[in-house]
Amino acid sequence: MHLYSDFLLIGADVGGLHIGNMIVMIIFFLLLLAILKKVAWGPLMDVMEERENFVANEIETAEKNRKQAEVAAADAQAQLDKTREEAQQMISEAKDAGEKQQADIIEAARQEASRIKVTATEDIQNEKEKALQELQAQVASLSVLVASKVIEKEISLEDQEALINDYIKEVGEGK
Amino acid sequence: MKDGPTAPIVENVFGISWLSFDLSIVMMVVITSIVVLLIGIWGSRKLQMKPSGVQNFMEWVVEFVKGLVTDTMDWKTGRAFLPLGLTLIMFILVSNVLGMVTTVIIGDKQWWTAPTADAGVTLTLAAMVVVLSHYYGIKLRGFKAYGKGFFAPIWIMFPFKIIEEFTNTLTLGLRLFGNIFAGGILTTLILGMSFNAMGDFSVFGFIGSIIPMLAWQGFSLFVAGIQAFIFTLLTMLYLSHKVVDETVDGH
Repeated sequence: MHLYSDFLLIGADVGGLHIGNMIVMIIFFLLLLAILKKVAWGPLMDVMEERENFVANEIETAEKNRKQAEVAAADAQAQLDKTREEAQQMISEAKDAGEKQQADIIEAARQEASRIKVTATEDIQNEKEKALQELQAQVASLSVLVASKVIEKEISLEDQEALINDYIKEVGEGK
Repeated sequence: MKDGPTAPIVENVFGISWLSFDLSIVMMVVITSIVVLLIGIWGSRKLQMKPSGVQNFMEWVVEFVKGLVTDTMDWKTGRAFLPLGLTLIMFILVSNVLGMVTTVIIGDKQWWTAPTADAGVTLTLAAMVVVLSHYYGIKLRGFKAYGKGFFAPIWIMFPFKIIEEFTNTLTLGLRLFGNIFAGGILTTLILGMSFNAMGDFSVFGFIGSIIPMLAWQGFSLFVAGIQAFIFTLLTMLYLSHKVVDETVDGH
């Protein structure tokens, strides 16, 4: 049996340089390099590069989206401001219109009222005049009757009329 | 005292006098390659945009090596070297750790060892890296700019630049080899504490070896990671020296 103590002084067998080893080594290493490059390192590098591009793209997209969102938000804000302004304008216009209408209605009512008042006054005046005329007619005959009864004497028609007219005049002035 | 376990070496393969194999290293290289391949396949199946489980780990490894690449050159040039760096770091780390896990000795042949504990393997890797750096230097910058690099900043640097290419290869390969080989030797020495001089098992020696063994295994794991890291980092550095136009960069 071979024991470790047998090679305690292992004579440092460096092995020498065997050409065969070198040939095997170089062939196997190049073979390994070629196969690994194809099956392992290539795909790995591709995936890592793909991921790098993916991340870069995602960041770019996110940045773009953010900018778009900002623009959209600004748009919405502007729209809102505009709408608010329009609403404000509408309200104030409506208010103005309302006030104007109110004033118109009041004015119209006032005119109507004054017109009615004027008409009424005229009516009253007419009635009064009519009544006066009627009264005048009555008063003539009545006064004639009264006078004839009072004085019990007949007077000529001309005198009578002159008398009445004088009387009426007096009445009119005394009024 | 007998010799230690030897490597299962076959010489004169196919009647070619210079062609020899260390079968244990060949086997370990194959095993390491299979393990790395399985890790790679396991880690990259069912890839998702939203990663989970082992994909997270693999992506962490990719990010880590990507960091090494971008430390030394710009990502546009360095992208092509990422698979190389990933395969290197995984291969070396798995090799180092495999050697730590156990050792298998059949007869007097040691079959299970870290492939990176063999100077031939590490020097081959280092030479491959250096050759690759020259290839990409010519490919990406043109032969003229590549040639000019040897005479920069002044022509007298040329001999040093030539020597540098060889020293780079040697230091890159031997640093890894030395660390892992030394780690293996110390592990074997600590194991040896369990046996007395007669080669019998000793309980006291075994108990005494537990603490140093734990400490050394922990340190070995650390060294395994660090060496894989350093090898990959230096690979990227050598590549960038050749690939990056220094006159433009103003280094």
